Amino acid sequence: MSESTSHDSTPDSSPAHGQTAHSPAHGAAAHSHANAHIAGAAFHTRIDSALADGKLHQALSMTTGRLAAGRASAFAALPDADALRDAAQRIRAHTIAHLDRYLVEFTTNAERLGCRIHWAETAADAARAVVEIAQASGVSLAVKSKSMLTEEIELNTALESAGIRVVETDLGEFVVQLAGDRPSHIIAPIVHRRREDVAALFREKLGATADEVATIPAMTAFARKTLRGEFVNAGMGISGVNLAVADTGSLCLVTNEGNGRLTTTLPRVHVALLGLERLVPTSADLGVVLQLLARSATGQAMPVYTNLLTGPRRRPSDTDGRGEPDGPDQVHIVIVDNGRTRLLGSELAEILYCVRCGACLNVCPVYRQIGGHAYGGVYPGPIGSVVMPGIWGLDAWSELPQASSLCGACRDVCPVRIDIPRLLLKLRAQAVRESLAPLWLRLGMRAFAAVATRPAIYRYIGNLVGRLGAAVARDGWLTGLPGPLAAWTSSRDFPAPAAKSFTQSWRPKRRSERARA
Amino acid sequence: MAPRFSRRRHGTVWCDEPAIVTDTYPPAPPPATRTARPSRVQLFATCLVDRFFPGVGHATVAALERAGVDVHVPADQTCCGQPAFNGGFIDEARAMARQTIDVLSASADPVVVPSGSCADMIVNHYPELFVGDAAYGPKARELASRTYELSQFLVDVMGASDPGSRTSARLAYHASCHGLRGLGLRDAPRQLLSAATDGQCADLPDAETCCGFGGLFAIKMAPVSNAMLQSKIDSIESSGAEAVVATDVSCLMHIGGGLRRRGSHVRTMHIAEVLTGSDHE
Repeated sequence: MSESTSHDSTPDSSPAHGQTAHSPAHGAAAHSHANAHIAGAAFHTRIDSALADGKLHQALSMTTGRLAAGRASAFAALPDADALRDAAQRIRAHTIAHLDRYLVEFTTNAERLGCRIHWAETAADAARAVVEIAQASGVSLAVKSKSMLTEEIELNTALESAGIRVVETDLGEFVVQLAGDRPSHIIAPIVHRRREDVAALFREKLGATADEVATIPAMTAFARKTLRGEFVNAGMGISGVNLAVADTGSLCLVTNEGNGRLTTTLPRVHVALLGLERLVPTSADLGVVLQLLARSATGQAMPVYTNLLTGPRRRPSDTDGRGEPDGPDQVHIVIVDNGRTRLLGSELAEILYCVRCGACLNVCPVYRQIGGHAYGGVYPGPIGSVVMPGIWGLDAWSELPQASSLCGACRDVCPVRIDIPRLLLKLRAQAVRESLAPLWLRLGMRAFAAVATRPAIYRYIGNLVGRLGAAVARDGWLTGLPGPLAAWTSSRDFPAPAAKSFTQSWRPKRRSERARA
Repeated sequence: MAPRFSRRRHGTVWCDEPAIVTDTYPPAPPPATRTARPSRVQLFATCLVDRFFPGVGHATVAALERAGVDVHVPADQTCCGQPAFNGGFIDEARAMARQTIDVLSASADPVVVPSGSCADMIVNHYPELFVGDAAYGPKARELASRTYELSQFLVDVMGASDPGSRTSARLAYHASCHGLRGLGLRDAPRQLLSAATDGQCADLPDAETCCGFGGLFAIKMAPVSNAMLQSKIDSIESSGAEAVVATDVSCLMHIGGGLRRRGSHVRTMHIAEVLTGSDHE
């Protein structure tokens, strides 16, 4: 599914680009703590440049606000929304708990239909599998519908280095590819770009005329015309999979532009990349999740195109002598692990319920301030802050779980009820266990706990702090604090402690006083 | 109402299967039961109210006494441990939680907290901190079952949705995140504020959007925290309110610090101060 609203930013100035340390495709297990600090520093630099970008902020608040409002009204109009979310959570929890069983069921059924299954343990394995399929079929041009998993395994790079041209056909991803950019949102890849920038890009890279980029419909028509030829000439179509259905062996793919249907039916070879957690047991279960997916993502009751792909084109001998006129001759399903199985049975397993609707991004007050690129990974926002460190290691991604005020807005909108704040807390605790927290904080917290568990000392120190604060405060406020606390007073005043605390000044009233009060 | 899918499959088959995650706690506890109205409560003032906003503590006592309960303030209370817990310092959080549990378990009286966030810590996170702890697990669950945020206690337990006091100040309500989403605190504070202002107190625009405080987040991620704060202050200033009201002094000290730095004349008020006609400034 895709949203193609475009706005502006300056992604090329982002230090995330070219940072291979941030790429899950290159694995993360080997990163040292020193790298973690470098990654953390880069994260803060990206945040600062995102915050300084006024146009980005404007674009983000407009589009995330629109998507969040769409989601809210779609859910308000949905009877039994809470019961549906409960059911979707149970379906996903059940599937993840029995993933081995459903993977076998799905692959058995898909193979029976004539699909070929490829298991990929790593990102490199997955990309290599796709390249080999292309080479075996003599493919020189591939069209792609939108897939975050292909971003994760850096598939385009792998195909291009094997001499295979690949064309993104989702409008947003088409722009991303033309600009050499990266998506900044799971479903709205160019949420950070303005339409005039897309117009300039089309003129520069594709030689569009002024008329062809005068309006958004004109630009869409221009892109459509450009892409038609690619669809016709492509030997291979590459797609992601929203959900695979175990008991039928079907692949469900939803889009809003129709490009997914062309990608998966026109070329003679279809390669589908499936994250190994993205299964549902039955079509009835798919029905439950589909009622929530588009509503959560864009506020639509259903996506414009909901495709259920069940095997390759059937030959005349297969179905009462007539066969099917359309569809690919070959369907390959590449099932990608790339670290996901590491989460099975762990305290973060719940994150595997995710169906990548992007609703948590749209309501996240942090994402709405900094946008997707600042997070530095393929998956941004609240979900990304769990997925990136959870799957690819806390060393490289230790700052992401800190980028949350734990407000809980993400948990409130998740269609499968993932308790994202709770998972962020688990990751923060893991970071402390692995001594990734800064020294001042570790010492400070230890000292605070030591004092707070000794009430007499707590009161004594509290009184000292209170007297000191009252002495230096102006009108009850402090405008500058020392050490790490200066981060607060750089932009906000801090209340002065009271000379006399509440517990010191409170005296139990006598019954007679209470009667008068 | 029955959801639009097969009950047979989803009601029976899937429900009976255990998921991998077994120590999940629900985000919101069941609504407080309105059984017997207690005559005595313990006040857990919270470390911030105690040291930074003693006036809010006194206003909370006054609001509770006006609702007809005796208030006891256990002397050895310190901090609930939330700063440590949210920072990932689980050992330190457990130590502070044990201290708080011990102090508040000396009596079986209900515990009232003038903070949705600290109440959420006790109600939702203490039981999680002591899963599998034979000594403190049961104590934590027992304490959680009798701990309430102030407005929740007044409205849901005491049935006192009109504080009796009236203010003519133009107030706007900010819904603090942990009370709202952790405790399900939606109606109680709004009912009280509506009564105290004769229906004049309105929600801020985007009242349920975080102010950016988030404890250590405000220090560790200061630029993002401040950007969130500035959005909140823009909403406050556009509302035309004279004072912004919330259930938590943590959010209010963040908002207040931002308002003061900007030179704004809008004040901050804790809900207890509205209910008793006092003001901590």
